[in-house]
Amino acid sequence: MLHTVNKSPFDRNTLDTCLRLAKKGSVILLIEDGVYAAMQGTRVESEMKQALEDHDVYVLGPDLKARGMDESKVVDGIQTVDYGGFVDLAVANGPVQAWL
Amino acid sequence: MNDEMMDDEEGGGGEVKTFLYVNRKAPYGTIYALESLEVVLIGAAFEQDVTMLFIDDGVYQIKKGQDTASIEMKNFSPTYRALEMYDVEKLYVDRDSLEERGLTEDDLIVPVEVMDTAQIQDLMESQDVILSF
Repeated sequence: MLHTVNKSPFDRNTLDTCLRLAKKGSVILLIEDGVYAAMQGTRVESEMKQALEDHDVYVLGPDLKARGMDESKVVDGIQTVDYGGFVDLAVANGPVQAWL
Repeated sequence: MNDEMMDDEEGGGGEVKTFLYVNRKAPYGTIYALESLEVVLIGAAFEQDVTMLFIDDGVYQIKKGQDTASIEMKNFSPTYRALEMYDVEKLYVDRDSLEERGLTEDDLIVPVEVMDTAQIQDLMESQDVILSF
């Protein structure tokens, strides 16, 4: 299945709960304010690297761009997708749990 | 043709899907909890297979003893006790969320099944549709 996270990890516990309850092998997509969790050098970087061992992790490019976040500074292993990629992930990995 | 399809034709209804409602917000600070209840009742009215899951601050939605008189909002917590009449009987609560908040099953207004992390993972993976509040 696909898990989306749309809140900043510095504001809410949304990402933590997602990572705790996402089963190994499920897919995670960071969108909206959730994209801040994808960046290198944050206090959640080690958490994201840990997540990459159990999950494919994606981040939505347009949301990075809108926030001035540099795609080249995304944590290694997190893949950037566009809106079409988001749709493909949802179709290929349903059901979708939107962590709000 | 399987039996399920035959039944659909006879009943004229659509197929029954499993719907999981994930509740993660406390009851009165935002409208999420009340909206979730509304949508749960709609799902039940359409005779879908409904399950409710309470995680994080969502567990406060079903805390006993709510009294909203002084905040001039409707206390909708009795509604959770009425869900049984709508055949909504699968209420699950995340054990870690309860424990973090110093709560036990005895603090809850309805009978629930308390689940650990692995059980919740499997529950989510098994659903047709997940609606998150």
